[in-house]
Amino acid sequence: MSNDVFVITEHMDGKFSDVSFEMVGKAKELASALGGQAVAVVVGGGVSSNGFASDSTIHIDDAALSNFNPEAYGKVIEALVKEKSPRVVMFGWTITGMDVAAWLSARTRAPLVAYAKDVRAEGGGIVVSSQVYGGKLMAEVAPEGDMAIVACLAGSFPVEAGQGSTAATTMTSPVDVGSLKVKFVEAIKPAGGDVDITAQAKLVSIGRGIGGKENVELAEELAKALGATVSASRPVVDAGWLPRTRQVGKSGLKVKPKLYLMLGISGAPEHLEGMKSA
Amino acid sequence: MNIVVTIKHIPSIADDLPVKGDNVDFDSVDFVLNEWDEHSIEQAVLIKEAVGGTVTVIGVDLIGELDNALHLALAKGADKVVKITADDPAADSHMQAKWLSEAIKGMGANMVFAGVQASNDLDGQIGPMIAAYLDMPYIGGVSSVEANGDSATVNKEFAGGAGAKYSVSMPFVAGVQSAPKPPRYAPVSKVRQMAQSATVEKVAPSGDASSGLAFKKMAPPVVTGHAEMIEGSSKEVAAKIVELLKSKGLA
Ligand SMILES: Cc1cc2nc3c(=O)[nH]c(=O)nc-3n(C[C@H](O)[C@H](O)[C@H](O)COP(=O)(O)OP(=O)(O)OC[C@H]3O[C@@H](n4cnc5c(N)ncnc54)[C@H](O)[C@@H]3O)c2cc1C
Repeated sequence: MSNDVFVITEHMDGKFSDVSFEMVGKAKELASALGGQAVAVVVGGGVSSNGFASDSTIHIDDAALSNFNPEAYGKVIEALVKEKSPRVVMFGWTITGMDVAAWLSARTRAPLVAYAKDVRAEGGGIVVSSQVYGGKLMAEVAPEGDMAIVACLAGSFPVEAGQGSTAATTMTSPVDVGSLKVKFVEAIKPAGGDVDITAQAKLVSIGRGIGGKENVELAEELAKALGATVSASRPVVDAGWLPRTRQVGKSGLKVKPKLYLMLGISGAPEHLEGMKSA
Repeated sequence: MNIVVTIKHIPSIADDLPVKGDNVDFDSVDFVLNEWDEHSIEQAVLIKEAVGGTVTVIGVDLIGELDNALHLALAKGADKVVKITADDPAADSHMQAKWLSEAIKGMGANMVFAGVQASNDLDGQIGPMIAAYLDMPYIGGVSSVEANGDSATVNKEFAGGAGAKYSVSMPFVAGVQSAPKPPRYAPVSKVRQMAQSATVEKVAPSGDASSGLAFKKMAPPVVTGHAEMIEGSSKEVAAKIVELLKSKGLA
């Protein structure tokens, strides 16, 4: 067992997501308190892995892993952590990290804390604050055992602390990723042709509370009066009241308007993730 | 096609959640069906309608009140419903995933659907854990599943409308984010009819797993910002909002 803190980074189209840097910054703090190293882990090809402030970076550089594949990523990360025995493995509580973290926990019997907002070292172990019940409660828990998995909410730590220039060590995949049950077929590109809500100075954003499609018009009128554009929470889009191009949040777009007027939106953490810079 | 849908009964977050000791005061909260489970049920029924088969909905009965959710599932098109009689409101995701896996093992499922997450998944979601316990692959954030023979075409969402299409060999577990269509509405009369006529199969919990988390504290978040409440009639409130927007150069 080591006292290292591994960060499973995330990238798409050759670019790392902010949460990767956020976690590396936090991992450095945690690793120094635990007496280990902060190790950034990059899975997949087609990305430059030398931009982290980690103590070291492991890059499993395999073209077959360039597109996210939950089965392949899970197996690769499982093999890596079994070999290196880190003290903590950090994932983003994101649409990719979510696919692997709980699977890895069940496979390795290492406890997992999801929805993590903060992590600190305490008494040789770690204590994690987790934002559960849609943000209504904060739980503080201490994972037992030799390895803990922590899945961090995006935006919990500063990005800058994780940015640096550590040169990565390249590794080949520790498992055969040739015969998988999950196969990547093709990327689905966002539909274009609509207004770009990320470029708007004013948004009137509507949620499930508006009651029905017939009320979208009211929001349109208000938006028109304010010189704003209408955006929405996910349920509005899932119900087909507005197109996906208008969705703000974790699985939608990140917006930064001067005015963000919410109507009938409860403020779930997944929604706030998309508008907290407004 | 044999589809199993696992559901989670969770404390409702519509109201504030009282705390007792270092966990939720489970005696004084309402339990509701996890929001994303409605989408997994819908996705399963859509596949059944497209290619035929059976849909079995199974959940852990934490407080003896799961029947409502199961009757609703039947009214929406499920063929069979099963409850694991646990009577343990604090059962964590690891525990529930283990019990569900043991119960699903003999069902010959081609596909297992779970909601992509639940708001009480402190120790992670049950879907990926069920996949690990049953040695099946898992894919989450799923927005559509089409069955074709012994594999399925699965769309996974990333963000901002981007996603990817995967081909997944059966059997597998999918974490459903949203069904291709909004979950159907089941008339109250039909749910009531199911409550009178349907049989809920009961299974005793089997297997053991634990989150491995020691609870230290549970409390509402510390409020750092502040909100100003505007009182008055709708007209007065609207006037004040307009005034506020104007003062900030926003209207
Ligand atoms: C992986 C993942 C990704 C997600 N990504 C996103 C995302 O990108 N964007 C997103 O928005 N969500 C996302 N979600 C969903 C998120 O968890 C919430 O379910 C969602 O944000 C809730 O939307 P809402 O606020 O419109 O609905 P609700 O939470 O149902 O809130 C409705 C609100 O309307 C109020 N209301 C009701 N009637 C009235 C009335 N007459 N007048 C005024 N107010 C009223 C209610 O009090 C309530 O506050 C994601 C979830 C997951 C699991």
